[in-house]
Amino acid sequence: MRFRARRRMGRAGLWSRTIVAGSMGLMLGVTLLPATAGAATTPGVTSSSITIGATVPLTGPAAPGYDEIAPAMNAVFSYVNAHGGVYGRKIHYMYLDDGYNPANTATLTRKLVLQNNIFADVGSLGTPTQSAVQAFLNAQKVPQLFIESGCNCWSNPKYPLSLGWQPPYTVDGKILGAYIKTNFAGKKIGYLSQADEFGQDVVKGLDMEIPSSSVVSRQTYDAATLAGPLSNQMAALKAAGVQVVVLATIPAATALAMLPAAVIGYFPQYVVDSVGADSPTVGPLLSSFAQKGGGTAAQVAAAGGLLNGVITTAYFAPESDTSNPWVQAEKNILQQYAPSLYAKTGLDGNTQYGVALAYTFVQALQKAGKNLTRQGLLNAINTSGKKFVTPGFVPPSYSSSVHYGFLGEEVLKLSSSAPPAVTPTGSWIGGVAVSPVVVTSPGSGPIKKYTGPTSVPPKSLSASG
Amino acid sequence: MDPATIARSVRLPRQPLLRHLPVALAAAAILYVVTLRLSSYDVYQVGEIAAYIVALVGLSLLTGANGQISLGHGAFMAVGAYTMGLLMNHTQTNFILELAAAAGVAAAAGLVIGLPATRLKGPYLAGMTLLFALAVPSIADKWPATFGGDQGLTTTVPTAPGSLSAEEWLAQIQIVVALIVMVLVANLLWSRYGRAFRAVRDDEIAASLTGIHVARTKVTAFAISAGCAGLGGALLGLSTGVVNTGEFPLTLSIQLLAAMVLGGTGTLIGMVWGGILLVYMPQWSTSLSSDFNLGNGANAYLATIIFGVVLIVAMIAAPNGIQGGLRWLWGHRPHLGKGGHGAPAPVTAPTVD
Amino acid sequence: MSLFLDYTLNGIANGMVYATLALALVLIYRATKIINFAQGAAGMLTTFIAFSLLSRGLGYWWAFVLVLVIGFAIGAATERILIRPLHGRSELNPVIVTIGLLVVFEGLAGAIYGNASRGFPAAFSQSGLKVGHTTIAFSHFDVFILIAVLALMASTLVLFRYTALGLRMRATAFSREIARLLGVRVGVLLTLGWGLAGIAGSLAGLLVAPTSAFGPYYMDLILVYGFTAAVIGGLESPVGALVGGLISGLCISYVGGYLGSGLEPLGALALLMVALMARPEGIFARPPARRV
Repeated sequence: MRFRARRRMGRAGLWSRTIVAGSMGLMLGVTLLPATAGAATTPGVTSSSITIGATVPLTGPAAPGYDEIAPAMNAVFSYVNAHGGVYGRKIHYMYLDDGYNPANTATLTRKLVLQNNIFADVGSLGTPTQSAVQAFLNAQKVPQLFIESGCNCWSNPKYPLSLGWQPPYTVDGKILGAYIKTNFAGKKIGYLSQADEFGQDVVKGLDMEIPSSSVVSRQTYDAATLAGPLSNQMAALKAAGVQVVVLATIPAATALAMLPAAVIGYFPQYVVDSVGADSPTVGPLLSSFAQKGGGTAAQVAAAGGLLNGVITTAYFAPESDTSNPWVQAEKNILQQYAPSLYAKTGLDGNTQYGVALAYTFVQALQKAGKNLTRQGLLNAINTSGKKFVTPGFVPPSYSSSVHYGFLGEEVLKLSSSAPPAVTPTGSWIGGVAVSPVVVTSPGSGPIKKYTGPTSVPPKSLSASG
Repeated sequence: MDPATIARSVRLPRQPLLRHLPVALAAAAILYVVTLRLSSYDVYQVGEIAAYIVALVGLSLLTGANGQISLGHGAFMAVGAYTMGLLMNHTQTNFILELAAAAGVAAAAGLVIGLPATRLKGPYLAGMTLLFALAVPSIADKWPATFGGDQGLTTTVPTAPGSLSAEEWLAQIQIVVALIVMVLVANLLWSRYGRAFRAVRDDEIAASLTGIHVARTKVTAFAISAGCAGLGGALLGLSTGVVNTGEFPLTLSIQLLAAMVLGGTGTLIGMVWGGILLVYMPQWSTSLSSDFNLGNGANAYLATIIFGVVLIVAMIAAPNGIQGGLRWLWGHRPHLGKGGHGAPAPVTAPTVD
Repeated sequence: MSLFLDYTLNGIANGMVYATLALALVLIYRATKIINFAQGAAGMLTTFIAFSLLSRGLGYWWAFVLVLVIGFAIGAATERILIRPLHGRSELNPVIVTIGLLVVFEGLAGAIYGNASRGFPAAFSQSGLKVGHTTIAFSHFDVFILIAVLALMASTLVLFRYTALGLRMRATAFSREIARLLGVRVGVLLTLGWGLAGIAGSLAGLLVAPTSAFGPYYMDLILVYGFTAAVIGGLESPVGALVGGLISGLCISYVGGYLGSGLEPLGALALLMVALMARPEGIFARPPARRV
């Protein structure tokens, strides 16, 4: 009897609950009013516009630095649009924040494709994130262009609509490894790499060149649980007597490796993958060592120069090379068409990356011609990719069988005697080339010197290119 | 109107299963029609909501009915998703068995955590589950060869029958699983096990005096709840198409807890609201922030700020969540939990609402 | 052998940081039996305020003290505005409210300051101390952290054990109604407790920032490990916070060093489970009285 009384207080009848269940379904149906427009002949393309989309980390722990790339790309598109667009079509770039979570990427990419009808997915970032949508995009016949990741996996005949852009991490590793083999022969080498695909691919490349007997210590760190300095790893490297430390690290980890090493007075020769070697990005993280805190002048000088002598690679002219016409063009575009971004970050590795990627895409659009289709765009890249005019030292390597972008780099040394990179946040150490530009594939092929021409910025990026 | 009178008048039995089934079947029929009418993207999202509902129902059982706070349910989702992913990639197991295995392995993980959890009070349990949420993805990161690394493990949905599109078929699978889980958990909560859960929540000593084995009850609740989360994780892995650790950050566990509370702790239909919030709130916030058109960085973070503010305001103003608010609107006065013992749910008998 | 010494010193250095946050959590839990999940994020926000002050040219120690005061204010305001209305409700409510606050703080920091990489200066030199001819893995700044944490813990102990104010705070935590009946101004003391915790949280933020990737999320993992430290030591014991921090820091350092990086969370989880199986209320907790 008490049971029934309690039921009276707390339970609704069968009908009310059925109504709830039913209205729940109906409400869902009503709130999600389908938004499909009539299907265009080519989705995302009208006579006056092209709509492209991307998923990038704008918030979250993966955002620092990478959130600059998409706005920098947009600056180039604004420049192109201001000059009439490509064949009269203005580029409309929708980039959404996936927070580096592949579940979000899957949802947002479907939104872009199924709801916003993008023409192509251009410049999305991340290996786990883009792996999650590769099958979907290819099945939907949406080009997945210029993925911002150095994974070796983007050139895959199973997914012909997916293209990489930056040099694969193994290419970085091979070129750095070859330099180390030549210039640091006989020294003890140690690795500190990120414990994921990025780090493993760089190490793969390094091991192709550096004899394994020279590598006396291999340390790793997990990016997801990076809470503080990598003191243990650097202590282990020092204990093994490592004289050349190779870092396959994101910028935060580069700083969190160099700082504790400096604490224990360990100043090896650093060789750092380009992902984590951009001085305006890494410099501020290291500056705490040199700032207010006392220490002798000698210590401060040593700390400020933590990046001095770092060996890294570059596949386009670094921001400190201010006499380079590409660097000047990049600066001009950013200053004019993304002034608030430029005021915050200036020209650094990330904004350069964005401008260069956007240039590549615009070139592809131009080569695809007035009659723009998705397959037409892919064909244009496959046939004419090697003739694109981009800031890269070498032209992209696209062909119907190769879907990597840049496969050529030079070795760069950060040096206090080089002109610095000046950004709104300060003056950061610049770099000089210490090797000619070389080209190699992520496989076991040889490293060859590049003998082709150097590109110059085109006079205009609009019209019929 | 006394529900017993209604039941007599429409000649429905008093057994919970036979009461809940018609509701579920009605919902299934309506949702079937809905999935055929919606656009591909909307259908996909409805499926995601269903997947989250499965996980949330488990959490609601654990925290609402049994009073244990878990900050680690994202990790159980990961366990379930990876189980399914491993089975899909290395064996030829039947799809339904794969889902069952996902739930089972996650339930086993729930046992592992639930056993020490029996001795722990609220905040101590929260600490352990928080660390668990951090530790499980790190296992997958540590052995990338087995667990797929950055590229993760691909998941494949069984082929859709007839003229159904792949999205419709997946969403229907997810909805059916969600309805089954809801019916099962509703029946469980109405059974003597449910009464044992609530008794242990309200007063452990009194419960043990009435003959309920407190530790066993708590562990059972944990295991069942973890199994639901694992099943939800597997379903979500099907939506995403790939299982990798980036999908299960610490924030997922926190979002699950928040969604459960906003939906209505201890309720089941409240979990539907919770699932809708989880899937739709980021989009609503993003479109809201682009209306304000702040600088780009501020735009992206506005969604985060809105979420936090909603949580705070909801907890202070409407602690029983959306479902609690709806019940209050219909004239049922839900009891607030007994403050001294920290009962996190209304003391009234749980319903399917 | 020297590697073991390095791992130990690193463990102590990290452990001190966890202990600072653990102390803040203990202060709040002792006062109100609530875990403040936003403690780390509040410390992050005040450190960002310090960053702004420093870039405007304010001296380091002025900014330091000012930011501790702001931390007190934020903590006190949080209690008064957000936590007070929750009294008497289920224990889930403050968990969600503080999580909501955590999210708001991170969003605010991200919106105002953006994602860009930054460095935050340390109070003292970060070069390692010299013992004989070798430089050890412990810097002047690490010594400062050690002293600061010990001082914080000592003052907390003194406050609770030897002052009338501390006695009133303990009475309030034990039973608010009885304390009120005895004339204790319960509301003021609750706010004070949260304010003091806010100071500890701000201190933690300032001590951690120089050796972290300074951004909106840098305190997240510190909160998790600090929470672990507090739980191991006993959520009501300041000494427990320190010991728990030391144990956690050392364990994580040894696991990462000897078993390989990436296993630290598992190591911490194992440590936590072992500690809680042995003493479910923490190492330094007083044995609970059963109220039947």
